[in-house]
Amino acid sequence: MSAQHPRTIELEVATPGVDAQGRPVRVPVPAPAGLPAEPDLGGEHLLVNLGPQHPATHGVLRLVVELDGETVIRVIPHIGYLHSGFEKLGEYRHYNQIIPLTDRTDYLSPMANNVCLAMAVEQLMGITITPRCTVLRVIACEMSRIISHLVWLGTTSIDLGAFTPFLWAFQERERIYNLQEQWTGARLTTSLTRVGGMLADIPNGFVENLREFTRTFPKTLEEIDRVLTRNAVWAGRTQGIGVMTAEEAINYSLSGPMLRASGVPWDLRKDQPYLGYETYDFEVPVGEHGDVFDRYLVRLEECHQANRILAQALDRLPDGPINVDDPRVILPPKSRAMSDMEAMIYHFKQVMEGVKAPVGETYCGIENPKGELGYYFVSDGTAKPVRWRIRPPSFINLAAISKMAEGHLLSDLIAINASVDIVMGEIDR
Amino acid sequence: MNPSAEGLRATFGDAIGRVVEARGETTVFVAAARLLDIMRWLQTAPDQLYNYLVDVTAVEYRDRERPLEVVYQLRSLSRRANLRVKVELDPRGELAVDSVTPLWAGANWLEREVYDMFGIVFAGHPDLRRILMWETYAEGHPLRKDFPLRGRFSRSEQVRQALNANPEANYSLEELSIAEAYGEIPSDMRDRLRRGERGDVGGVE
Repeated sequence: MSAQHPRTIELEVATPGVDAQGRPVRVPVPAPAGLPAEPDLGGEHLLVNLGPQHPATHGVLRLVVELDGETVIRVIPHIGYLHSGFEKLGEYRHYNQIIPLTDRTDYLSPMANNVCLAMAVEQLMGITITPRCTVLRVIACEMSRIISHLVWLGTTSIDLGAFTPFLWAFQERERIYNLQEQWTGARLTTSLTRVGGMLADIPNGFVENLREFTRTFPKTLEEIDRVLTRNAVWAGRTQGIGVMTAEEAINYSLSGPMLRASGVPWDLRKDQPYLGYETYDFEVPVGEHGDVFDRYLVRLEECHQANRILAQALDRLPDGPINVDDPRVILPPKSRAMSDMEAMIYHFKQVMEGVKAPVGETYCGIENPKGELGYYFVSDGTAKPVRWRIRPPSFINLAAISKMAEGHLLSDLIAINASVDIVMGEIDR
Repeated sequence: MNPSAEGLRATFGDAIGRVVEARGETTVFVAAARLLDIMRWLQTAPDQLYNYLVDVTAVEYRDRERPLEVVYQLRSLSRRANLRVKVELDPRGELAVDSVTPLWAGANWLEREVYDMFGIVFAGHPDLRRILMWETYAEGHPLRKDFPLRGRFSRSEQVRQALNANPEANYSLEELSIAEAYGEIPSDMRDRLRRGERGDVGGVE
């Protein structure tokens, strides 16, 4: 494929010694004379193809695993089965039209993606959003964090043989989905934000329903905690598995719970605050061993903390408009567009030409449930970006899976893969 | 001016091009030939410590005259500082730049994606293969501006190729070498590989 890396396949002669990566190459043992030739597996070595259609790979991830008995020698991930070319599509769309694409990248936390996209474009255009909008976006981000972590908790516990937490987690997730449906009309593809504001204000009864959720949700978390944390099977399957030290985690550019479980206290909400996160009272859990168990503990505690932030946000939710008063980016009300000439022109220009961003570029990263989600926009002054880059947290976290899995058992590979918290829509984009 | 940009100019002189500061973000253009030295200095110099590589990507502008840019987003976790480093590549020349994977292991997949999507070659990369597209993908590099949104081949041609591909197209050469070492490759696949075929069925006739 690439002329820079000629890796010719050695047929006929299996070279003894080491390969180009310096790993030992095993030579098949010749069949004893007189016996029929059987496929020689080279001792107990096996090349196993896991996925792309396998429930434990959490989507269309394919892992080609070289095994020595049950021990993983190396893992070669194959991705791209869900590649949709979102970044290319973004170059053909107005900024507000990109928002539905973000729903479909990390589809387990669509509202947080919507928020990040709106923030990136606002940063590019120099727009300051209203106080009510800021708090509503915090609510959207933290609701997303809870549902994303609950999906992670449920599927990981199923992978490791615990069925009950899955049901509890998905039941709670359903309550958030109902709230999402009340707010946006959609359960999955929310498209919640607009440049300079929101799709819609929260509906009547939303605050009460969300408050009821924040009141009762910790009980479920405590039940999951009681079932899993001091469970000997759970601890045995997760402790000391897939360890990344702090230096390795930084060197592999891990982010989110993966980075913090390795003992690096980095959270964009604390270290480069956005949306006024510095004014909320919450803790950032940090692990110390960097194994699967610590990632579980970090995510479980993040659910508690997200719940605390939700309660505080509801308490302080100010009245006022959700959209900025800027006719360049926000559509005038329909009644004014039908009666006022100026409003109609703004309406027409926005619908036909889109929101225009000034020449320049910006990178906006937020702390998504899976890690640092970043949108990098390059604008040439038109309504469509020259380049829309998604910094996908689970793509970068997954890149470390070979490093984490080598030397562990095949069953541990399932635990490690689960602990990364991947979502293929985002990895393949 | 950003102190890192000043430090870069003092240390590397002519290898540092223009410095752009906008929206609180600093972008430094550097010469491709010195990229690895500059990145190593940024990563380890005691007053820089950009130890975290946030992202590697590339930009091609709609204006064909403008060079392609390889963009590195760096961050110092201890200093809570961000820096964007860019390398310009002339699209008429060779699209090649040194790999930063020896400095940051996290750059491995990111550079593979840039290679896959833009065709930029990272010299010294340990495993420069396509990552999102399959290895026998023959239509080019999707994020280049001359690449049509729907791809170069017709939908029927894409389907024909997908259905006619041989199984070895789904495995990397590394995996095929492992299978070969264990004698696991079937004879028909072995024959095709010996003829230099990778399971791809070629372009449009």
